[in-house]
Amino acid sequence: MVMNQNNAVTRRTFFRTAGAVGAAVATSGLLNVPLTLAEEAAAPAVDVDALVAKQMGAGAIAMEKVQLDIPATAENAALVRMPVVIDHPMEANNFIQSVALFIDNNPNPFIAQFDLTPESGKAAIEFRARMAKSSKVRVVAKSNTGKLYGLVKEIQVAAGGCAG
Amino acid sequence: MADEIGSPKIRGPKDPVKKGEVVEFKSLIKHPMESGLRKDKATDTLIPAHFIESVVVEYGGKTVLKAVWTGAVSKDPFFSFFVKAEASGPLKMTWKDNKGQAFEASATLTVA
Repeated sequence: MVMNQNNAVTRRTFFRTAGAVGAAVATSGLLNVPLTLAEEAAAPAVDVDALVAKQMGAGAIAMEKVQLDIPATAENAALVRMPVVIDHPMEANNFIQSVALFIDNNPNPFIAQFDLTPESGKAAIEFRARMAKSSKVRVVAKSNTGKLYGLVKEIQVAAGGCAG
Repeated sequence: MADEIGSPKIRGPKDPVKKGEVVEFKSLIKHPMESGLRKDKATDTLIPAHFIESVVVEYGGKTVLKAVWTGAVSKDPFFSFFVKAEASGPLKMTWKDNKGQAFEASATLTVA
């Protein structure tokens, strides 16, 4: 997905674009784990946009500053490295106060939230997450002044992967 | 299962660091991190949720980091983060799970 790094897109536009890509992937049959009709009916789509807004506050998300440096294919869905780095100062009046991760296709898309402080010195954390299946991973960071920064990355789960 | 829970560990720099230096800490804890959505295949019943839901890091008399986790954080969670070294002292980490069990570990940071 190509995003214009210089423009702050609205949250709605940003996720609509991201969603369109996801839908295109799904309909083109590229996903390793096709849902049966029964499974689709049993798993109503969660409105991840609304979840992000609830967790991080509504507003435009600038698609910049956030890095998630991992391969596009996860070999072990139960242990997907999530090394998040936000290229932002951590000064007394200018810092990243919160970072949250969401995995759209998990039964519960909200994964974790990390509240940082200027004492963190660097806006970077790493942990490991379970992915139920191939999905968009969204990272949203909020500065102390309420500015939102984001990143969306499609992660394919290797065939035979089990969420555990 | 009980013996598979705990052993919280945290590791920072072994050697003294300079004041103002930003240093990395790495932590590990043994925990099943059951989401509550997984089925026990033998009995066909859901395995009850049992996961760490909060993590707090204290250093220099302040809370420097707080995290909220869910059952989608991997089993036996690894977590790393950074702290700006201000003064020598302990850095304490506390993990709490949804059953009310708490675990603590600390590392000593030496500022030369």
